[in-house]
Amino acid sequence: MAQTTRDLLVDPMVDNNPITLQVLGICSALAVTSSLTVSAVMALAVTLVTGFSGFFISCIRNQIPSSIRIIVQMVIIASLVILVDQVLKAFAYEISKTLSVFVGLIITNCIVMGRAEAFAMKNPPVASFLDGIGNGLGYSLILLMVGFFRELFGAGTLFGITVLPTVNNGGWYVPNGMLLLPPSAFFVIGLIIWAFRAWKPEQVEKREYKIQEAEAH
Amino acid sequence: MGTRSFFDRLEPHFVNGGKYEKYFPLYEMVESFVYTPKTVTKAAPHARSFIDMKRIMIYVVVATIPCIMMAFYNTGFQANAAMAATGIEPSGWRAAVLSALGIGFNPDNVFANMAHGFMYFLPIYVVTLVAGGVCEVIFSVIRGHEVNEGFLVTSMLYVLILPATTPLWQVALGIIFGVVIGKEVFGGTGKNFLNPALVGRAFLYFAYPAQMSGDSVWVAVDGYSGATALAISASDGYQTLAAKGMTWWDSFLGFVPGSMGETSTLAALIGVAFLMLTKIANWRLVAGCLLGMIAFSGLLNIIGSDTNPMFAMPWYWHLVIGGYAFGLAFMVVEPVSASHTNMGRWIYGALIGFMVVMIRVINPAFPEGMMLAILFANIFAPLIDHFVVQANIKRRAKRYV
Repeated sequence: MAQTTRDLLVDPMVDNNPITLQVLGICSALAVTSSLTVSAVMALAVTLVTGFSGFFISCIRNQIPSSIRIIVQMVIIASLVILVDQVLKAFAYEISKTLSVFVGLIITNCIVMGRAEAFAMKNPPVASFLDGIGNGLGYSLILLMVGFFRELFGAGTLFGITVLPTVNNGGWYVPNGMLLLPPSAFFVIGLIIWAFRAWKPEQVEKREYKIQEAEAH
Repeated sequence: MGTRSFFDRLEPHFVNGGKYEKYFPLYEMVESFVYTPKTVTKAAPHARSFIDMKRIMIYVVVATIPCIMMAFYNTGFQANAAMAATGIEPSGWRAAVLSALGIGFNPDNVFANMAHGFMYFLPIYVVTLVAGGVCEVIFSVIRGHEVNEGFLVTSMLYVLILPATTPLWQVALGIIFGVVIGKEVFGGTGKNFLNPALVGRAFLYFAYPAQMSGDSVWVAVDGYSGATALAISASDGYQTLAAKGMTWWDSFLGFVPGSMGETSTLAALIGVAFLMLTKIANWRLVAGCLLGMIAFSGLLNIIGSDTNPMFAMPWYWHLVIGGYAFGLAFMVVEPVSASHTNMGRWIYGALIGFMVVMIRVINPAFPEGMMLAILFANIFAPLIDHFVVQANIKRRAKRYV
């Protein structure tokens, strides 16, 4: 493997971002990003689960029979998610209540499964761990960006601290209610993908069809 | 020097290789606004038609004129009448201008009403043109496509479905969202599968529900509020509307509170009649939409409900209140976002008619359903076309086995 540690960590941030390039893990990105605190906790949880599941799966990759590999991967991922869930319930009960089912749904997060299947099954433990962390960070980056926009313009706060005083509290900012609704994350993620692809044109997908130019006879 | 030679002198600078090559869309915009577009078909088949994009768009703008007139009159009338009834003193720059000109605030004076309404309409329209126009031009210059008259239609329709009390920054935000997300990201005019004016309006509806949701009226007087026809019907039944001063004829002619251009069913019907006469609006869409609405509201009338008075509302009331007529006249018939097959047009229209009654009557969250019903059907339009085409292919395949 010619990939260096830096590649493994930094590549998934921009050049191969799981959300903006591979468009994976969208469901949780829509659901939990209405406030920055929740986004940050979710991002941390996914990063750790992806990293450690990569590590453990990679450790036993030569022992896993390929016919039941998905089940084995699921067992490892599920154990890690339960661990995360219990820790959250013990130390951050309020946030765990807001995240509710989405912590449990990390098990089915395409990014976690995708990295386990695509990378950890073929690479040594440390590289797999770094790859998992890198992809988790790529996911975190987008989640935090979306959370930032949605909380700032939707509620006028960041991490719960008032930045733009809203009209209801005697300020001047009229909060944009749409940003608090999950569908707005579609727009925000779409705009982020747009910005990424304008910045890195090589990420633009090839056209599926070509419009025929009219020829003059 | 004539205008034509002025353009001819300027043109070399803007075409390929000229000094301002990049700004060709801007030049083209002004030139084709003044003269007929020069584009001609270069390849076969050469179908002859007098209708080009410019003419379609101009016709639509012409068709909205009755609605615009009613928007002036009714906005001013509602404001003046509310002031006369409540004794709230007029204030702000509009009051200063009207008093200085000696026009006054008499609700019986048609001219005073028109002038007052005009002063609400104009700032919103100017903001829409500037904010939306800037986005449109930026995209045209970068993407190299033309700015066309479609934007005039979008901006006019957008203004007419806004309440007169909308803050101007919200107006700007809405049209920018509508133009960019509703149209330009999909490639510009003709490639938008949603109606950009409605996208902008829907954005405001969800973003600022306090000002926009439509359960209290939008009368342009500070401190005046009341329930809209739809909200009254939802709570007390349509039969009580007359007692509150809103008869069916008031609603039909448009002398009720509401968004600026949508109150008058008559004006909207004049508009759609013009569009159908010039064959810009397809009559199947209109007929389908009417049939769907009449059939489903009739069904609900028969079913009846003890708890929900909206069940009893007959179709002719559905027709005149809220934005149904305006949506029918200018949004349902929009050719780009509607279905493109004749059978599909019937289904598309009926789907809107059905959904609008569904949302108004059965969904308790939204008092008005026209906007959402049209956007919903917009999304289904390609699917409807797909199935119509497939059905046709199957039918013909059977014939020639």
